[in-house]
Amino acid sequence: MAVKISFKLNGEDVSINVDDHVTLMDMLREEFDLFGAKEGCGYGECGSCTVLVDDKAVNSCLMLAVAVNGRSVLTIEGLAGPRGELDPLQKSFVEKGAVQCGFCTPGMIMSAKALLLEKPCPTEEEIRKGMAGNLCRCTGYAKIVEAIKAASERGCSCGKDS
Amino acid sequence: MAKTLEPKTKEMEFTSIGQRVPKLDAWDKVQGKTMYIHDVKLPRMLHGKILWSKYAHARIVSIDTSKAEQLPGVRAVITGYNTPEIRCGFIKDNPVLKKDKVRQYRDEVAAVAADTPEIAEEAIKLIDVVYEELPGVFDPEEAMQEGAPLIHEDKGSNVLKLPWKMICGDVEEGRKQADYIVEETYKLPFVTHCCLGTSGCIAQFDAKGNLTVYSPTQIRYLAQKDFQEALNALGLKGKKVKVIQTAIGGGFGSKLDTYPFEFITILLAYYTGRPVKLVYSREEEFFASPGRQPVRAKISQGCTKEGKLTFRDVEMILDNGAYTSWGATTPSVMMMPISSLYQVPNIRYVAKCVHTNNIYSTAMRGYGNPQATFAIESQLDTLAEKAGIDPWEFRMINRNKPGEITPQKFEVGSCGMKECLEAVKEKLQWDEKRGKGNGRGVGIASLIHVGGGARIYKSDGCGTILKLDDFGKVSLLTSASDMGQGSETVLAQIVAEELGLHVEDVDVIMKDTNLEIWDAGAHASRSTFVAGNSALYAARKAKEEILEFAATMLKEPKENLYLRDRMLYSRNNPEVSMTIDKLLRAAHFRTNGRQIVVSEFYDPPTQMLDREMKGNFSAAYTYGVHGVEVEVDKETGQIKILKMVIAMDVGRAINPMAVEGQLEGGGAMGLGYSLMEELHLEKGKVLNGNFLDYKIMTFPDMPPIESVIVETYDEKGPFGAKGIGEPPLVGSAPAIANAVWDALGVRIRELPITPEKIVAALEGKKGS
Repeated sequence: MAVKISFKLNGEDVSINVDDHVTLMDMLREEFDLFGAKEGCGYGECGSCTVLVDDKAVNSCLMLAVAVNGRSVLTIEGLAGPRGELDPLQKSFVEKGAVQCGFCTPGMIMSAKALLLEKPCPTEEEIRKGMAGNLCRCTGYAKIVEAIKAASERGCSCGKDS
Repeated sequence: MAKTLEPKTKEMEFTSIGQRVPKLDAWDKVQGKTMYIHDVKLPRMLHGKILWSKYAHARIVSIDTSKAEQLPGVRAVITGYNTPEIRCGFIKDNPVLKKDKVRQYRDEVAAVAADTPEIAEEAIKLIDVVYEELPGVFDPEEAMQEGAPLIHEDKGSNVLKLPWKMICGDVEEGRKQADYIVEETYKLPFVTHCCLGTSGCIAQFDAKGNLTVYSPTQIRYLAQKDFQEALNALGLKGKKVKVIQTAIGGGFGSKLDTYPFEFITILLAYYTGRPVKLVYSREEEFFASPGRQPVRAKISQGCTKEGKLTFRDVEMILDNGAYTSWGATTPSVMMMPISSLYQVPNIRYVAKCVHTNNIYSTAMRGYGNPQATFAIESQLDTLAEKAGIDPWEFRMINRNKPGEITPQKFEVGSCGMKECLEAVKEKLQWDEKRGKGNGRGVGIASLIHVGGGARIYKSDGCGTILKLDDFGKVSLLTSASDMGQGSETVLAQIVAEELGLHVEDVDVIMKDTNLEIWDAGAHASRSTFVAGNSALYAARKAKEEILEFAATMLKEPKENLYLRDRMLYSRNNPEVSMTIDKLLRAAHFRTNGRQIVVSEFYDPPTQMLDREMKGNFSAAYTYGVHGVEVEVDKETGQIKILKMVIAMDVGRAINPMAVEGQLEGGGAMGLGYSLMEELHLEKGKVLNGNFLDYKIMTFPDMPPIESVIVETYDEKGPFGAKGIGEPPLVGSAPAIANAVWDALGVRIRELPITPEKIVAALEGKKGS
């Protein structure tokens, strides 16, 4: 059954009729051509489809599209600034070599974004725990941790050695 | 830590080589702009789906597709009975749609193309197949016995007619010379690549019957050839095939062959006249994408009182599964460590690949090397202990040396094994930490791998085209493939360095068989070396043309001129300086002028292995050493990896950040192989085909990995570089097994090294 929903998508108000069984990931990919959220598994185990809903990381493959009605959705495509300037996380992922095949990267960055919104200056342990739901087969995670640390240092003011 | 090579003169100081250049495609990747096969949509595209076998071994009595055909939105239903036969695999024993009989759970019985993935899935369920189950065989040793069910009746035996055998020296003589001998059996499991992007492709025919396949393949040109054969089967002889490579969401060898699903997609596109896309679900990826070959290895090695190895004798049985892909050829690479890891004068190696009703295997990072090295390097520790020699000393005594020729006739050029051993010893604090037996332990393992291509095919070449435009920019068309390892960046660095340009001046194009020359594929850790030399020699040709033109124009001897920082300079005349873009325009916009376009096809100076499986089949060899410190709980068997050090002789690190990425990523995959990964099969059926039950390393699992880059400068490599893609995985498992041995005195001879196995081994030790 098609349901009309309205929500904020990457800062813009949008409305759409969507079938009630469609996942958030499929809606983003099929209806909005936002391909950043990837289906790595389709059942919430790999994190490649991570987007933010009201600033919290969710596996968009597990959430129904209708559940975002009235809420705010941020995808990797909405992370850069209005003139395309990269988010500090995107920048540090590039600079620190945290990207190899890149399939996990959008989900990885969105999970990291949620983590930093909640904890601007996480310890390494907090990063590793906070990112545990995102799988990467290429990098061994070290450079991703380094990139998240580097990005957090820009927003961190507690003086803690993160 | 890098042992740096000193530049000779100011002019020789590198501007791009050795720099930590970020991956060129990372900007798109961090913005979600990169298009993987999952993201590509073509107008009027249909969606394909495969019906898999319900049995491991059964006769197909009948297939009724009528209900599926009647479902609205279904555009084609195909089976082995309504399509021409196409077979894949290098001995062509795998019909892409099965007729008469299925031989494994993942056999393709029928396929559908429909308007949506949902309709395709629905239609698959409506296909009615009647099977008559046959007795199966799931153990290669049982499959070798008289009277075992035959997987392929026409072959007459389950043992593949592909006997692997290599003899060097005289093993019996080596046994006589040995003061100590150890004989053991090792066992390695099914594991799989777990690329985050699942397999898939899109096939499309044009109105003239020419085929385009969009694919994240690692072998654009070999795939093109395979697909050409499919066209022939369809009666489309003479029609063309173009392969367009989409971004690869992880490769690791999984995309080194062509598979039934690709041919099925081609068939569906042919019968519907529309583009068809077929992408695996994660579950399908686990059971239908072939993984690493499981191995049983009987190994014995011996040494003298002084610790010199006198022989190595290895017999292997490989579970080939139901069909034959590259997994069956992994013994050709296993021979490499067996013959040439350490100096061993007398070698015997035999291997049999045996058909079972299990899933079949293909190439996976290391290509047999991790299995063989696990047995060799684990056993070396046992042998060292028997001989009363420190395992590190034992390895130093037998280590490989620069310039040696190994029993398999490998001509070793550069060899940094000594430097790697020394670095790992220091980083692990070997002397302080070893031999405590208190639940903490250290272990090491060395490795050798091809680092200068591998002549598997008659050509091991790679082509490059360079086009220099009027703005001082370069289009680099390379037939190499990047699956995340950073080839495009390394190639751009090489070209930029040679032409005195900046990396951002180079656009790398690697995607279309119509545009680029030819390449044997992204395998054997060959891209930096082979594609790198191809790019380097192309850039040299372009440089030659530029300098020749400049010499004439400026009336300055050519040998005095050089390019650097987007400028032309003269060594002797400070007056001479000109921007490269201006120079290029001057060369172009004149009577009889032209843009500079050069091409190069580089094939490394190597040999195919001869009938005795000997020959110098790589132009360079990469060496490395893994070191691990572990803490093991004696009650629970839980292993904690406290530290992992990976020292690799890469010749030269063209991009140290990318090299570290390979070391850390390969190390992680090696840790998974060592500690947790195993595809469990019950009577041929995969039981744990998801990330919850098939564990790979996650963020919290990862110990710190310390990368040590050793640079020995290989004179044949581009700027001295050797390949490094696969080696960082190879030595992980034996290093961990050796550390567990040091910690507890138990030897685990079967991967993965789980707590259960450690507890059982400890109990066995108590009992004995």
